[in-house]
Amino acid sequence: MTKRVHVETRINGREVDFLCEPGQSLLEVLRDQLHLTGAKEGCNNGNCGACTVILDGRIVDSCLVLAPEVEGREVTTIEGLAGPEHLHPLQQQFLEHAALQCGICTPGLIMAAKGLLDQNPAPTEEEIRLWLAGNLCRCTGYDKIIRAVQAAAQQMEARV
Amino acid sequence: MGQAKQYLRPSSIDEAVRALAAANGGGRALAGGTDIIVDVREGRRQVDLLVDLKAIPELTAIDVDGAGGARIGAATPCYRIAEDTRLRRAYPGLVDAASLIGGVQIQSRASLGGNICTSSPAADSAPILIALGATCVIAGPTGERRLPVEQFFTGPRQNVLQDGEIVVAIELPPPVPRSGSAYLRFIPRNEMDIAVVGAGVWIRLDGETIAEARVGLGAVAPTPLLVVEAGRALAGKPATRETFEAAAEAARAAAKPISDMRGSDRQRIHLAGVITRRAIETAVQRARESQS
Amino acid sequence: MVTTTRPSEKTTHKVIGTRPIRPDGVDKVTGRAIYGADVTLPGLLIGKVLRSPFAHARIRNIDTGAAERLPGVRAVITAADLPDPDKGMADVGEASATYRDLSHNVMARDKALYQGHAVAAVAAESASIAEQALALITVDYEPLPPVLDLVEAMKDDAPLLHEDLRTNELGTLSDKPSNIAAHARFLKGDPAAGFAEADVIVERTYTTTMVHQGYIEPHASTAYWNADGKITIWTTTQAPFAIRDNVAVLLNVPVSRVKVIPTEIGGGFGGKLPPYVEPLAAVLSRKSGAPVKMTMSRTEELQASGPTSGSRTHVKIGAKRDGTIVAVEASLAYEAGAFPGSSVRFGSLCMFAPYDIPNMQLDSYDVVVNKPKVAAYRAPGSPAAMFASESALDELAERLGMDPIELRLKNSAKVGTRMANNIPFQHPVGNVKVLEAIRESDHWRSPLPESTETRKIGRGLAMGFWPNAPLKSSCFATVNPDGSVTLVEGNPDIGGTRASLAMQLAETLGIPYEKVIPQVADTETVGYNDATGGSRTTFTGGIAVYELGQDIKQQLIERARILWQLNPEDAIVYEDGTIRGPKEGQQLSFDQLAAQLFKTGGPVVGRASVSPKHVGFAFGCHVVDLAVDIETGKVEILRYTAAQDVGKAVHPSYVEGQIQGGVAQGIGWALNEEYVYDEQGRLVNASFLDYRMPTSLDLPMIETILVEEPHPPHPFGVRGVGEVPIVPPLAAVANAISHALGHRFTDLPISPRRIIETLYP
Ligand SMILES: Cc1cc2nc3c(=O)[nH]c(=O)nc-3n(C[C@H](O)[C@H](O)[C@H](O)COP(=O)(O)OP(=O)(O)OC[C@H]3O[C@@H](n4cnc5c(N)ncnc54)[C@H](O)[C@@H]3O)c2cc1C
Ligand code: FES
Ligand code: FES
Repeated sequence: MTKRVHVETRINGREVDFLCEPGQSLLEVLRDQLHLTGAKEGCNNGNCGACTVILDGRIVDSCLVLAPEVEGREVTTIEGLAGPEHLHPLQQQFLEHAALQCGICTPGLIMAAKGLLDQNPAPTEEEIRLWLAGNLCRCTGYDKIIRAVQAAAQQMEARV
Repeated sequence: MGQAKQYLRPSSIDEAVRALAAANGGGRALAGGTDIIVDVREGRRQVDLLVDLKAIPELTAIDVDGAGGARIGAATPCYRIAEDTRLRRAYPGLVDAASLIGGVQIQSRASLGGNICTSSPAADSAPILIALGATCVIAGPTGERRLPVEQFFTGPRQNVLQDGEIVVAIELPPPVPRSGSAYLRFIPRNEMDIAVVGAGVWIRLDGETIAEARVGLGAVAPTPLLVVEAGRALAGKPATRETFEAAAEAARAAAKPISDMRGSDRQRIHLAGVITRRAIETAVQRARESQS
Repeated sequence: MVTTTRPSEKTTHKVIGTRPIRPDGVDKVTGRAIYGADVTLPGLLIGKVLRSPFAHARIRNIDTGAAERLPGVRAVITAADLPDPDKGMADVGEASATYRDLSHNVMARDKALYQGHAVAAVAAESASIAEQALALITVDYEPLPPVLDLVEAMKDDAPLLHEDLRTNELGTLSDKPSNIAAHARFLKGDPAAGFAEADVIVERTYTTTMVHQGYIEPHASTAYWNADGKITIWTTTQAPFAIRDNVAVLLNVPVSRVKVIPTEIGGGFGGKLPPYVEPLAAVLSRKSGAPVKMTMSRTEELQASGPTSGSRTHVKIGAKRDGTIVAVEASLAYEAGAFPGSSVRFGSLCMFAPYDIPNMQLDSYDVVVNKPKVAAYRAPGSPAAMFASESALDELAERLGMDPIELRLKNSAKVGTRMANNIPFQHPVGNVKVLEAIRESDHWRSPLPESTETRKIGRGLAMGFWPNAPLKSSCFATVNPDGSVTLVEGNPDIGGTRASLAMQLAETLGIPYEKVIPQVADTETVGYNDATGGSRTTFTGGIAVYELGQDIKQQLIERARILWQLNPEDAIVYEDGTIRGPKEGQQLSFDQLAAQLFKTGGPVVGRASVSPKHVGFAFGCHVVDLAVDIETGKVEILRYTAAQDVGKAVHPSYVEGQIQGGVAQGIGWALNEEYVYDEQGRLVNASFLDYRMPTSLDLPMIETILVEEPHPPHPFGVRGVGEVPIVPPLAAVANAISHALGHRFTDLPISPRRIIETLYP
């Protein structure tokens, strides 16, 4: 039996601690131990982006982060985006623009898009396409996703 | 499917080297994890101990000193290199490569140290580091040593590192006036692919004559290559299409690729010429535009 | 705006045609929706599969002893733990399979027939223990020569996959074993006489390789075999009822003992019709006494789920100088994978369906090879076949110096035209309208950008056809006192079907969309429903909710009669959500009446069960502009427009989305997606890094033109829309590249490598 590691971190603004195997991924711990199943597993090797979360302000594939690495850091998952009575503009615009069909890629795409808008509030279509290229969607052909991100950017601009 | 049994996060190079040396071959460094986590999970590597290098300050520092060149901590994630305006000005070819590796999520983590230590013949940073004349700084149980990047690789996924050794930093020579660099690769999609061929070029102009040049090639041989003949074909020649074609021809001649599912040998030899020529064109353009 | 809706007739719909937010939307954007791998239960074990490293091998012996002894391992199974069913036909969507083959595909019995074929499975207390246990199982294989190439497989002296497989040769079983499972033929008129009249003949062979649906969510199932023999399965599937029925046969238990609870589903495209891990999880659960969850990795998905066939199609078209097509001949061979049952006949049926051609002979061959058993993939069979036929038509137009749209219009099928299978188009079809829509589009009328020395520009056009499949749907609904209606239906919602069904029910009842609360039920809650697939859910489900609405309306009329104390002969009408009696001003809104149901006999529950006959045939016409970098072989899609006859767009956004998604998959198929096998039959690109599906950076916006030629037998004129959009891109892209480069490419994918090796031989 490998010795388990105790990890203290912040997830979605709250202090969290857990025990994990040293080689376990952040994705596994989020899903199987913390029951945050919003991050999805599409490939488990960094190729699809379905597991995207924000780690200290940068988007990462949580399947390519070891759980012990998040000691003392700040993780945001899709579950941390909406308030009790309102959705994040990205979530709202994904709905308005029918930017999801099956929806399995959606949490990862919304987290990736959030990472973009946090640092570039008014991206061009080309910038959005480049930024989201690590997130595969097989259902939509990306068209409506790009439009939803543009609309969310506008909605967020209008609010500030 | 495998898993490492132990995770360590040392805060000094000494500690890291000691831990790795003590693991008797069962330890590996962990930088961004974008190669090693997959390799361990998919059973390509058996690892008992992973030593996370990211808490060691030198390993994630970028120092740019006009006269003395630049030193990039080996575990610094690519996005920091790509966003660094000083590096962009002095070593635009390196920034090309750093912003190509993976998608945004991968760039948040992937490092130059990891890229060269995986030692894939297709590693995107290798050809441009070779072209820029970069040096790896290696620390080990017996102290520190320095090595030009082109001497680092010994075969596909093999390099000179001994047990307990880590790459601490990559050092780049100071930029010189009227020089320019570029990295270009060919991939079938526009993102999320491994280079079928990659070419890194550094060039110094004297008027409209190429005074000096270095060309690195990736994915066309068991290791990334320094193509001396291509540099020779450029040096002392006018910066014209004919000269670039001659260098491209030298790159084609140097390419000894294999065929695999990412590309055939014929395709790679052909692309070695095209991509080298295009990278030269960009590097020359940048040299013309460079301030000093 | 990218979408032009061209309604062919004025409609007065209030809900249909609007773009409301889908009912399951909030859960899906907040991460709360439960997909296959998100299911968890107390005491859950993790199941894993040991898979064959060989593409073709006899299994001499399997030793599971060491694995069973590993602490934390709770069950180990092999094919010996599964019954061996007979050869009845199973329902796995548009591909076909016998129960026997299905069982042997789920777990190899005497032979492993492809790399990744399951040979044993374990359930353990953690994933890592299960992995360790797999490593402790020893299998004694006798490797056999793999059969990987269609042409080789069809030869008389080819190694055989199944010693007992005999060709069904035009209806009679041949006496010699073969890898050719079936040879079928559609014959119409006299092709030889037709070709004799032709002034121009074009003829070529086209090939495609195996490709995968590429849904982002891998298969994931959790099963619990209770002490009373009841089996409950939570699974991500397009077809919960077919999974129930198949699992019952594969495990030899009555259907009543199997309950399937469909989770949310992360894409399917046909690949989530057959069972894979469900029966294994159930048997592991029976052996261990605990619930068992099994998920497939991406590598397992690519190696061992159900991709679609590689193909080889020879096609020959004869035409008069004025463009009249007088005869066609085609011979199609499709890889079925390890067991018979590809969609090759569908391919041959579709390939010339948009056209009225007097003489046709279409031969199809279903061939087994040492690759995974194919499953359906969006318009199964049609894309590869129409890649060939629509490329050949493009070449014909070129040879005749004719506009490709004019050529297609000149030969277009009409009401009454018989398809290759002799079935006529009974109702209006949209093939002409989609061609006209493209001809009138801004895209077609815009000039192409100029080519440069190294960047060659081309435009290509192609049509697509898919017959759609109506099948069976059933549902029920309850009217609540607040005027809302809870709709219980049985089709997993892959792309907005809760919304499209709720909209059609709201329209039928004349109430707002928001008042309908749809839910997808398990197999014990709602009546039988065929799969979400075949472009049928909005179509047949729509007919079902329409019938259900009629049932509710009738019952509400009777309740109003009670309230108003009217006689049976007094006329009561239900119109637009209002119930009116014979007296002046005697009326109740839906809500008002709903509030009084408890006074008139309790809640109103409506129901419907339908099995419509008339399919709304689907046609699309696509045009693409692209640039080829002739130094690198890279193709850039510059502009793409897809016109499709959708009958009636219930929720236009989701209709556009279906088209855009299909186009993206078709472009991937045309340019970069392929299964690459080495000589030993090992898939060398079994990851999303090397199985190259389009990223957001590889595509432009995809313009859609929704043509609405209503399908009369449907109450709202709906046609299925989901499948046909994947068909045209293959030939459209190939035709555009051919025009750009002046060289006709006949083999997919037209990857940079293929282009470079062609241009620099
Ligand atoms: C989806 C995806 C896309 C990718 N795309 C590209 C691409 O476009 N181009 C490309 O070149 N690569 C690509 N890669 C590969 C990988 O991201 C790069 O090689 C990356 O630079 C590795 O860096 P890392 O910091 O993540 O390395 P790690 O995974 O942390 O380490 C890699 C190896 O190097 C060793 N190592 C790391 N740092 C040191 C050190 N300082 N001293 C000694 N040994 C060390 C590790 O032990 C390990 O063996 C991709 C990977 C993925 C998953
Ligand atoms: S699951 Fe992490 S990138 Fe696909
Ligand atoms: S909506 Fe299904 S993968 Fe994106």
